[in-house]
Amino acid sequence: MSTSKYALRDTRTMLRRNLKRILRYPSMTLIVVAIPVVFLLLFVYVFGGTVGDGIGGVGGRAEYVNYVTPGILLFGVVGAATSTAVTVAMDMTEGIVARFRTMSIFRPAILTSHVVASVVQQVVSSALVLGVALLIGFDPNANFGQWMGAIGVFLLFVLAVTWFGVGIGLASKSVESASNAPMPLMLLPFLGSGFVPTDKMPAWLGWFADNQPFTPVIETMRGLLMGTHVGGDAIAAIAWCVGISVACFVWARRRINREPGH
Amino acid sequence: MNNSLAPAIEVNGLRKSYGDHTVLDGIDLRVDPGTVFALLGPNGAGKTTTVQILTTLISSDAGQVRVGGHELSREPDAIRAGIGVTGQFAAVDNLLTGEENLRLMADLLHLPHRDGRRRAAELLERFDLVRAGKKPASAYSGGMRRRLDIAMGLVGSPRIIFLDEPTTGLDPRSRRGMWQIVRDLVGGGVTVFLTTQYLEEADQLAGSIALLDRGGIVAEGTPEQLKRMVPGGHITLRFNDIEPLEAAARLLGEQSRDTDEFTLQVASDGGVKSLRVLLDRLEEASIEVEELSIHTPDLDDVFLSLTGQPQKA
Repeated sequence: MSTSKYALRDTRTMLRRNLKRILRYPSMTLIVVAIPVVFLLLFVYVFGGTVGDGIGGVGGRAEYVNYVTPGILLFGVVGAATSTAVTVAMDMTEGIVARFRTMSIFRPAILTSHVVASVVQQVVSSALVLGVALLIGFDPNANFGQWMGAIGVFLLFVLAVTWFGVGIGLASKSVESASNAPMPLMLLPFLGSGFVPTDKMPAWLGWFADNQPFTPVIETMRGLLMGTHVGGDAIAAIAWCVGISVACFVWARRRINREPGH
Repeated sequence: MNNSLAPAIEVNGLRKSYGDHTVLDGIDLRVDPGTVFALLGPNGAGKTTTVQILTTLISSDAGQVRVGGHELSREPDAIRAGIGVTGQFAAVDNLLTGEENLRLMADLLHLPHRDGRRRAAELLERFDLVRAGKKPASAYSGGMRRRLDIAMGLVGSPRIIFLDEPTTGLDPRSRRGMWQIVRDLVGGGVTVFLTTQYLEEADQLAGSIALLDRGGIVAEGTPEQLKRMVPGGHITLRFNDIEPLEAAARLLGEQSRDTDEFTLQVASDGGVKSLRVLLDRLEEASIEVEELSIHTPDLDDVFLSLTGQPQKA
């Protein structure tokens, strides 16, 4: 393709556009930060004292903030899927992408720039959420390598969820449906090991919880940050993230190459 | 006029359908370089679909298309590099300012940074958007948006410009401003492919018009040629006195006359042959005609008689 020599330049141009759009539309970022912070405070201060005792260790609120923070961070990433889906759907329905399509540009830049911008947005908002968690007592004992590992797994997960958001955004007929479609994902950290261990769930639910993508990612981050055993969860986590990214990438590419409907 | 040159746009047997619904049923078009071509038709006639195909946005089911000398099926990127697109389906970025929108286009056209900034400033100036340049496009009025939209299509100085219903929804003043923009573009040698549902607009701007209705071209030609295709015109004869007026009225049968102005209206198709017959009859009867004018029907008449439905504008 003759436009591939512009791959880097066009991606940079589009990325600049998308980052500007994120800054001009701050309410979206606010929601991405506010929802996990509210849930963090809610779970630590309302449920934490009681639930923490059932988790083991020293128990209580102090134990629970350490347990729940990785789950909250991943819960927050679901917001990234929504935010990505909405911005992609806005682009598709407002017709600016139609204009891009009539220009001689490197087309994949349209999507990759969305993904990069969303990952940047998510990293910034997750850092804010993590900051609040540290303020209220989250006390990881990871060394530098473990921190890097946890961040790496987290980024992989953000990437997977973002590509999922891109696919949803492209498949949605309106901005509203793009904003609603990722909602059920919010349940997954609850139906996994995000807020409580899975071993006290009913057997069928426990089975689902252990075998859905959020759980191995949460367990890996928890293990790395709190210095506990990680084991096979890391491999499962990476496999899930890579698998979802690739599948959603293929899906999104197929949708964007499809002609706009009549 | 420019028949010796290769056409800027050439379309043969273009077809497109969505499922059972045929949108374009084999249309042929030819647009000479440096002219305004208007594709005129009611809503749902297939105008936007035609522009979407010609601008490489969607594919056709059948037919050959050449834009700017490039075959659509083989070199879509070469076509993209040489056209500007504005209109219904193309849009501006609402969250960016006017200036940022223009610079975005400059960057995507791979202009050197400095040239892009200069071009953006030029276009803001030319389209009277200097003051609005720093405001987000979401705050623009309809007319300003449309001007920004056109300006975005012009950043790369394309030789062929597609305007899809550029004045739909604009107030009369903005519409006239838009017409002037189109005239200036053509004055600069650009080829303009325009779609519109306003007959007046096609009449005002286009050197050549194709009437699209239900996916087919029902008429084609200059505005004058189109008007001549419909009967219903008349010739007005002016005399210098009441006697020749009455003599002519007796000769030609009962006609509508104006005895104050000494004028007589005679039904005519406006063609040279019938005009000659009329003048010969008057001459044989030695009736002196002071002045003669031909009134051809306007495009509204054409529209009604060719598409079988009154046009709505």
